[in-house]
Parts: sequence; structure tokens; C-alpha cells
Amino acid sequence: MKDEYFFTLDGLSVGYGKKAVVSDINVRLPRGTVLSLVGPNGAGKSTILNTITRRLSALAGVVRVDGGDIKKMRGRDVAQRLAAVTTERIRPELTTVYEVAASGRYPYTNAFGTLTSDDRKAVGDALSRVGVDDIADRDFLSLSDGQRQRVMLARAICQEPDVIVLDEPTSYLDIKHKIELLEILRSMARSGVTVVMSMHEIDLASKVSDMLMLIKDGRVAGLGAPCEVADAESVRELYGIGRGSYDDVFGSVELPRADGEPLLFVVGGGGRGIPFYRRAQSLSVPCAAGIISENDVDIIPARALCVEVVTAPAFEVFTEREAEAARAVIDKCRAVADCGAVYGVVNRENARLLDYARERGKRIITSPDETAEACGI
Amino acid sequence: MKNKKARAALVFALLIFMFFAAVVANVNTGSVKLSPAQIARIIFLREDSADSVIIWKLRLPRLLTASVLGGALALSGLLLQTFFRNPVAGPFVLGISSGAKMLLAVVTIVLSGHMARVPISVTVIASFVGSMLSMMFVLLISGRVRSMSMLLVVGIMISYICSAVTDFLINFAKEADIVNLTHWSLGSFSSSTWNDVIVSAAIVIPTSVFVFMMSKPIAAYALGEGYALTMGVNVKLFRALLILTSSILSAVVTAFAGPISFVGVAVPHITRMMLGTSEPKTLIPASFLCGSVFCMICDLFARTALSPADLSVGTVTSAVGAPIVIWLMAKRRSGEEG
Repeated sequence: MKDEYFFTLDGLSVGYGKKAVVSDINVRLPRGTVLSLVGPNGAGKSTILNTITRRLSALAGVVRVDGGDIKKMRGRDVAQRLAAVTTERIRPELTTVYEVAASGRYPYTNAFGTLTSDDRKAVGDALSRVGVDDIADRDFLSLSDGQRQRVMLARAICQEPDVIVLDEPTSYLDIKHKIELLEILRSMARSGVTVVMSMHEIDLASKVSDMLMLIKDGRVAGLGAPCEVADAESVRELYGIGRGSYDDVFGSVELPRADGEPLLFVVGGGGRGIPFYRRAQSLSVPCAAGIISENDVDIIPARALCVEVVTAPAFEVFTEREAEAARAVIDKCRAVADCGAVYGVVNRENARLLDYARERGKRIITSPDETAEACGI
Repeated sequence: MKNKKARAALVFALLIFMFFAAVVANVNTGSVKLSPAQIARIIFLREDSADSVIIWKLRLPRLLTASVLGGALALSGLLLQTFFRNPVAGPFVLGISSGAKMLLAVVTIVLSGHMARVPISVTVIASFVGSMLSMMFVLLISGRVRSMSMLLVVGIMISYICSAVTDFLINFAKEADIVNLTHWSLGSFSSSTWNDVIVSAAIVIPTSVFVFMMSKPIAAYALGEGYALTMGVNVKLFRALLILTSSILSAVVTAFAGPISFVGVAVPHITRMMLGTSEPKTLIPASFLCGSVFCMICDLFARTALSPADLSVGTVTSAVGAPIVIWLMAKRRSGEEG
């Protein structure tokens, strides 16, 4: 291969008319990489993708596929290399799923669009790959949005492109089909297809992509591997999240916590406390948690959702010092949640905390459903 | 897949049968009754008689013009529906026929002072220029409005403006011209000559073949402009060709028969329902055939309904076509976006 980078954007500026929406975009991708564009609504992700698919002309710079400037290539040549799944809502009348998917063979068929047996095989394979082969004869307009989205992906797959461009491919899809779609994209990438897409779900984007491009305020705010660019701080800044939280380790999102003096103390750990923190949040009850190891799965949601968290160092036995801190918080609370954690050598202090709460006459709850009543709401 | 092919074959067989049935019925019907045997002798043995004039000079050219122009109208409508992605688009509905009529009126009035009869080439060109003019207006406005019903309103307004201009011009016309212009403004195949048949066929048939050759990009364009682009369609050129071919086809119709209403909307739709598919490779030839049959039957009806007086064929096509447009609008009401 003459160039190790297969798909490049060089000094690309995109926009409408003369007004640039995003300028100075530079990215070089080898074959088989997945690039996701992330950023707030209206940042210009779709504008960039529409420029790559030649829907819009670039204000400056070039898009290169396999070393060639796509603006100078013949339409058919570009179509054999680059396929797209757009957000355009199509309404073809009296057209079957099979016919829509088969339109992906357009750049390969003769002047009348006659499908050869090779074409039919490619269409059939693509349909079964996205799991819509059983509805191939249905009218396209009778499908749900999610099904349509998958048919459009099948269409792009049977176009046998080297680069596939997708504008928010996961919208309209339920979680099962989101995962399936992203796995299909990954497997296409493994077979050498370069994937360029925009995504709203930064968590999923971080998990599926080799590279993320953060777009904000008309420029590329970050470009690199997800672990480099999508740390919690960058994500908060990218989307301008004031409250609420984003965790970059699991890509999990929590709503803004209820602030104020804690009403509920959750004796958490082992993931058991999480439903309590979330219920407290949804009821707008300020809550606290403890004692939680710094390597416990409870720690991320607890820090996001609790006003106070008493923590212990990772892998260390909980000590009297932490227990004292926890008792001080319990004294302030109306109720204490016993979330049914398992008590062993490390967290024996937690069992004692529950005894302490009982002695002090605190209301003990064992299910998140009791939260409202116990906290007097 | 097999089902679709069989269905298409059946539809074509039916349309071809109806085509010949309509030809026979048209030749056979009229104020002068002739037996089938007489007709066969006149057509195939070129038997000379008083009746042969009726067949050769009146009925045959009339029915052939109806069939050629009917096909042209259907295709013109189909192309406009593709262009606007709007099932109720058609040359009459969008005011394109009225634009052609207006320019025809201008040319007739201006030239009538200088020559006895306006040459056919001039009528065709004037009609084409008029079609393109109102097409440009529609395009200019449709860039701003996206909804199906608004496009229709725009078309109707353009029709009214063109009719107003035409009526205004008629005030300056001589009486002989007025007769001609009224004939145009209603739409009719009567007084078609062999010359009309030949000239219209010479334009319509090559244009229709060209349209058929565009089947592949037409299919791609049905999935939206963005997708057509990613499939390698030269969208700008393709859109220009759609406009050009649909204007040529509707201009020919207006030049020879005046604005014939609603065929362009009704026929492609009827054909689609019969075929159960929108695949252009099948839909284009089937629509042409169906348009021919439709116009011949409507013309037959126009000739016989109030015999011996001639109803204008536009009246008949309106009666059939307008309800179809209303039905289409009602059907789409729920699914319409924006």
C-alpha cells in the first residue's frame, strides 16, 4: 500500500454557504479503524459527515480515500469505496426491503441496474448480517424506525465499501440492536473497512471506537484514543455538563445528585448500595454512603450521587477511624439503609454501623421502596 | 420476486389487450356507424369510399394522437413525481400546462397578423418555453416550501396567474383566434391530423425511450438525494434531465391537444397500484401504455357521451382524475411530515 493512511481529512473546513461550521479538521486513519465524532447537538458532526459524502462541498481542504481526492473522482468510483447511512428519512413508495437494500449494488450493476447472481448473494448476505432477511419481502414503509435503520445498514454493507460513513446509526435502535450494530461495525473494521460515524452516546462511542474526535465551538476540541481524550473532565466540558456526572471508566452516566444535609445513610458495598443511591436521587433525598472501599463497584455511583461518602483505602480492612467518621454522618440522618451486603473480614465495621444505627433508634430500611416513607417525604 | 415478475407480465398483457380493445372501440364508435367488416376493409384493403375518409382522416389520427399524448402525459407526471417526491405532482396540477397555454396564446395572437396558420414547430417551441417558464417558477418557490399540499397550492396559483394573462390577451385577439384558443384551453384531441400524429410521435417516442434509459438513477433518486449521491448519481445533471424531459413531454401535449388535466397524476398512480411496485424499469413502460389506454377511453367517452356534440377530453379526465388526487391527499394526510 502506497500510503499507510487510507482515509484522510486534510485541513477540512465544513459549513453552509460561506459560513464555516467547523474548520481545520485534520485526521488520518489507517484501514480498519473506527472513528467516532462526538459533541453536543448542533456542533457540526453531521455537517462534517455530509461533506465527506459529498452532500455538501468543502469550504477548504480535501477528503481523501485511498490517496484520491473524492471531489476529483468519478461518482461511481467514490460509490464503490464509500457508503453511507444518513439521517435522511426516506419514503420510497411500494418498495420492498430487498429492493432498498439492493440499491447498494448500484455502483456495480449495468445501465439498467440488473442484479447478477453475485449481486443477489451480496444483498442476501448483508440482509442476514443485520438480521432482516426474514422481512426482505415486506414493504419498506411498513417497518419500524429501528428496522429501517438496519435495512439502511444492510444497504451500505452490500455496497462493499472501504469506508462507511454513518450519521447517528444508533438512534432509533433499542439496546440489543445497538450492541448488534456496533458489533457489526467492529467486525467490518476487522475486515479492513474504515468506519467514520457520529454518535450521541459518548459511553458507547468510547467503547466501540479506536479514535474519538471531540467537536465543540467550531473546532476539533480533541482527537485521539478514547482513553486519552474522553476523560471525565473533557466530557463534562465538551457537553457543558454543569451538574450530573459522567464516569470515564465504565462510561456510566448519573443524574445530578440531591444536595443538602443527608437524610439517608446507605451502608453500601459490592454494588448493593447502587439502587438506594439512585432511588434517593430520583426522590431528591440527599443521601450519604459508607464505608466503601475505594475499589468497590459502589464507589463511582456513590461519589456521583451522595453528598458525603466515607471511604476506606483499597484492599485495606476498615478501621475504627473510618467507623467514627461514618457514625458522625449517621447521627445526622433520619434513616439508614441495610442493603444486604455480605460482611467479611474487610468490612466487619459496616455490620457494626448497622447495630449502632439500631441503638440510636434510626429507622432501618432494607428496600429502596421504603426510602420515601422513611425519610418523611 | 417471482410473484412480482408474474404480476408485471399479467399487467402488461392486460394493458396491451386493453390498448387494442380501445383502438377497435374508438374506430368503431361515432355518429357514423360502420360495421367491423367495413372498417377492416377500409384499413387493410385501403378500400375507397365516403366512409374511408371518416376512418383515415378523422378517427385514426385522433385515436393515435390520444394514445401518443396520453403516454407522454403519464410519463411527464411520473417524472415530476420523482423530482418532487410528491405523489400529486403532475404537469397540469403544477401549472406547467397553463404556462405552455399562456405562451401559445401570446404566439398565436402575435403571429396571426402575419401568417394564416401558425406552423407546428413554432407552437411546439412556444409551448416548451411556456412549460419551462412556469416550471422555473415552481422550482423557485418549491425551494422554500417542502410540504406536499403547499406545492399544490403553488401550482394552482401559477395556473390562475397564467389563465389571467391568457384571458387578458384574448381581449386583443381576433375572433378566429379565440376559437382556437378556447379549443386549447379545454384540451381536446379532435381535429388531430396525420401531421400531428407524426410530429408528436417523433418527439414523444425518443424522449420516452430516453426516460426509460434513466430507470436506474430514477430508482436511486427515490431513496433521497443524499443516498443517490452516495450511489454515484450525478444529482445535478439528473435533476436537470428530469425537468427537461418532463417539460418536453407536457409541452408536446399542450401544443397538440391543450392542457389535459390530471392524467399525469392519476395514471402513474393507477399503474403503481396495478403493478404493486415502483420499480421504474417496469413502471415507466407500463405507465406509458396505461396513459395511452386511459386517454383513448376518455376520448371515446368524450365523443360519445353527448353525441353528436363533442365533450372536451379534459372534462372527462378531470372527472376521473381529480377524485384520485383528493384520495391521494387524504391517504397521505396522516403520514405527511413537515
